[in-house]
Amino acid sequence: MKWFRDLTLPLEASTVARDIDNLYIFIVLLSVFFFVLIAGLIGYFLLRYHRKGPNEVTPHITHNLNLEITWSVLPLLICLVVFFWGFNGFVRANVAPGNAMEIQVVAKKWQWQFEYPDGTRTINNIHVPIGKPVRLVMTSEDVLHSFFVPAFRVKHDVVPGRYTEVWFEPTKLGVHQVFCTEYCGKSHSDMLAKVFVEDDATYKKWVEEGDETLKTMPLPQLGKMVWEEKGCMACHALDGKRTPNGGPSWKGIYGEMHEMSDGQKILVDQNYIRESILEPQKHIVKTYEGIMPTFQGLLREREILGVIEYIKSLK
Amino acid sequence: MANHPTTLAVPTPVKEDVSVNYITSPKGLMSWLTTVDHKRIGIMYLWAVLGAFLLGGIFALLLRIELLTPKETIMTAETYNKVFTLHGVIMVFLFIIPSIPAALGNFVLPLMLGAKDVAFPRLNLFSYYIYVVGALFGVTAMVTGGVDTGWTFYTPYSTSSNTQVSLMVLAAFILGFSSIFTGINFIATIHKLRAPGMGWFQMPLFCWGMYSTAVIQVLATPVLGITLVLLLLERSFGIGIFDPAIGGDPVLFQHFFWFYSHPAVYIMIVPGMAIISEIIPTFSRKTIFGYKAIAFSSVAIAMVGFLVWGHHLFVSGQSPLASVIFSFLTFLVAIPSGVKVFNWVSTMYRGSITLEAPMLYAISFLLLFSIGGLTGIFLGALSVDIHLTDTYFVVAHFHYVMMGGTVIAFLAGLHYWWPKMFGRMYNEKLARIGCGLVFVGFNMTFFTQFILGSRGMPRRYYNYLDQFQPLHAFSTVGSWVLGAGLFLTAGYLLASLRKPYDAPRNPWGARTFEWETQSPPITHNFDFEPVLLHGPYDYRPERKA
Amino acid sequence: MSDSVTAVKEHSHQHHDSNLQHHFATYEQQMDAGKIGMWLFLATEILLFGGLFVGFGLMQAKYPEAFVQAHHHLDKNLGFLNTVVLLVSSFTMVMAVHCAKTEQRRKVLVYLLITLVCAAIFLCVKYFEYEHKFHEGLLPGKFYSHVGDTVPHQFVFFSFYFMMTGLHGLHILGGMGAITWIFFRAKRGDFNHDYYTPIDLVGLYWHLVDLIWIYLFPLLYLIS
Repeated sequence: MKWFRDLTLPLEASTVARDIDNLYIFIVLLSVFFFVLIAGLIGYFLLRYHRKGPNEVTPHITHNLNLEITWSVLPLLICLVVFFWGFNGFVRANVAPGNAMEIQVVAKKWQWQFEYPDGTRTINNIHVPIGKPVRLVMTSEDVLHSFFVPAFRVKHDVVPGRYTEVWFEPTKLGVHQVFCTEYCGKSHSDMLAKVFVEDDATYKKWVEEGDETLKTMPLPQLGKMVWEEKGCMACHALDGKRTPNGGPSWKGIYGEMHEMSDGQKILVDQNYIRESILEPQKHIVKTYEGIMPTFQGLLREREILGVIEYIKSLK
Repeated sequence: MANHPTTLAVPTPVKEDVSVNYITSPKGLMSWLTTVDHKRIGIMYLWAVLGAFLLGGIFALLLRIELLTPKETIMTAETYNKVFTLHGVIMVFLFIIPSIPAALGNFVLPLMLGAKDVAFPRLNLFSYYIYVVGALFGVTAMVTGGVDTGWTFYTPYSTSSNTQVSLMVLAAFILGFSSIFTGINFIATIHKLRAPGMGWFQMPLFCWGMYSTAVIQVLATPVLGITLVLLLLERSFGIGIFDPAIGGDPVLFQHFFWFYSHPAVYIMIVPGMAIISEIIPTFSRKTIFGYKAIAFSSVAIAMVGFLVWGHHLFVSGQSPLASVIFSFLTFLVAIPSGVKVFNWVSTMYRGSITLEAPMLYAISFLLLFSIGGLTGIFLGALSVDIHLTDTYFVVAHFHYVMMGGTVIAFLAGLHYWWPKMFGRMYNEKLARIGCGLVFVGFNMTFFTQFILGSRGMPRRYYNYLDQFQPLHAFSTVGSWVLGAGLFLTAGYLLASLRKPYDAPRNPWGARTFEWETQSPPITHNFDFEPVLLHGPYDYRPERKA
Repeated sequence: MSDSVTAVKEHSHQHHDSNLQHHFATYEQQMDAGKIGMWLFLATEILLFGGLFVGFGLMQAKYPEAFVQAHHHLDKNLGFLNTVVLLVSSFTMVMAVHCAKTEQRRKVLVYLLITLVCAAIFLCVKYFEYEHKFHEGLLPGKFYSHVGDTVPHQFVFFSFYFMMTGLHGLHILGGMGAITWIFFRAKRGDFNHDYYTPIDLVGLYWHLVDLIWIYLFPLLYLIS
């Protein structure tokens, strides 16, 4: 069955995945059995009992109690097996171990923010050590979202006004995809994130210093990465066009004069870009709405520099 | 009683003059617009729902083209979100819910019972006009900017969206009343207007299906009505029930919504089952196997169907205990559907089977509905549902049930009763080709999506990861095959209307009342006094004549 | 004397024909169908209000103190007065149906008129209650502008108060329309002991509207 698992299911990368997959495969087998049974009988009857003449007479068979009881009770019993199996897995997927590391998650249109116990904050990616249980305590700032990691077989809605949880214990190193699976508007399908599962040493190093690449990457390239991964691209295009309900394109704006909603004119320079990132509500460009969230504490100093250099490079 | 069929064989068409019938007399547009004849109202519903089906279908084809490639193919993300919302709203509220009960049921139910009309003919016409008004509101919402919330209108997205949500919610609210009035009418009709001699268990099973459906329509739809009113007031006045920003509870909306909308799934599928219960005995020329089991399972589905709404909320934030209970009840409601499938297959055992278009569609139904039902087990199982919910697996599952089940059954019924409704036979060869294209195209489109979903492709995604593209492309090509089959079907059905009347009274050799009157029937349905002489599926030769 | 008896008989016989719709075989069948239809309609009404009752209960559970505080703004005496008024109207409605069945036409008209007057009194009282709330800013949702609240979220109570009593008020208005309609039909002499379905059905509807108020009154006015 390995080929079948590989064909239909994503990588198994958490402790609960195997059990869920086993139940999935069990139901697949059940379904194939019943489907082949039904389709086979239909096919056989069609061939065997095809009408042979215009006056063909059929027997008057109204019911058969034993048969009917059998095909009611047997599926019921099978369903009960599936129910208890699913129930068991559900309990495991719902109850996090007591020693789980807790990460706070705030979802908003259209990005994921994570905050670690030590205060480290990241956007659209989380780093976790392999083999340790992690519990995410999630809430939303606007509409419903849903946190889904296919490789971990975990999913839960993120609801404004209350806290919901998922937990997982990663079993495979690597990068795993996170999707938003509760429809949340324009960039719902771009509200993605990544889970980096790392060995202890790499994880520790990340906690202390951030990624090595962040420190050595050329600034414009770093800025481009921030644009892609920290949620900027959901609202800021690079092609000179204004995204509907979003923000201005970054193309060619460096050095322009922009008129604010209060009539003031401001030159787009390093300081203005920095202020726009950290205090986006301070000045709103005319005709735009002030919907951008602050990135205070979410970007490292070098990343802000990277964004400025990147915008400069977009002519 | 002169017109009862006298031979077992399909009667050779007796040339009779059917020029006076419910279509031709009285004449004139006004006579149609003010008619209280259930047959005319049924036909008016039929054109309306077919129009909705066309519109919703075009939206579906556009969606599939957009999904041919990741990122933008033919439309922007905002447009895509509106198109999938409108596809859902149109298909659910304007097409599937009224399709079988209001269009085919209105036409057939009184005929099957041997009645001259439904119990409340004026209410029937009124409900049609309510449908039209609701549809107009929906169309207005569409052309004045559309709606981008998804057909489920989940809060708080729907309370904050600045698209035409209020207008569309109002449309759904109005359409609900149309559905309620049809339901009330059918229940009263079945209780009081059965022909002399027809007890509850001599009714055709189609009537049992309509009865169960009507019960759900009457009991569930008001709750949707009040939910939509609350949503409307939340949007306009901020009454504080669903919007978390002012202290409301968004999950409460989901409970309210699914309390209606899960039973609504049965409003959609039970009528489909009802049609299949007619067609399989007719084309097997054999009595139905397990009449009572099928009748009671319809009623059981209607009852238990009210207790399973929470299985839409396993990962929404309802209490885990509630999820466990809902999962358990969900497995219980699966059993009656399974029982029906076994009964239908057993009916074919030792039958005398022919494979005209209605039967081909019925066989398609059995296969597709089985897949739809079996994949429901995946979603009912709590732990597997965590992985599969809100992915393409769910999309595929409900399309197998709603389209592979209800729409295929609707097409089966349309082909089955077409000669009765319009007095003409259609081109049988083209019908078989059409059915084949629909079957193949449907499976290409939607079976692929089971795999997409299992692999983790979330639903309602405009953009997707490159790894999913081959399957998406295959699904899109399937939608073209499916579309071709449906357009072909529309073509030969409409073409048949240009012919002179050529349908005999009973082209399929069926045993229910509607086949004993002329095709198309006269305004008062029967040119004889209908009295029940044999059961609806009694093919014993000694009971003839 | 005998002539007039014959005339009356013929008269009522004519009604048999025009009042019996073509697809029904007997009056009994027609009346039963009508009753089934009306009971089903009443079931949908109960479910419609049921949704509001459930919503009210859940929000009350969420903000119990706000609901207790808010309900003190309602006038229990006026609520009680309206309860009595509607109970009386239910009684007169029963009498009207009974008199229609026994063909006492004048009494039918009198009882229907009293029912209508009761309904009007109910709406007047409701009007004064509403005016008082408007004056104090006790309005639903974002229009709530009452000052001096010690407990937040009282606007939710008034959202439900206005939705529930408003919807009920609309039903009273609808009922008044229906009663007026059968009043004129009764005046025209449409009803007799074979055919009184419309008045019977309107009666059923009216009792439901009263019944809903019987539940609304303690729910809204008497929170403990």
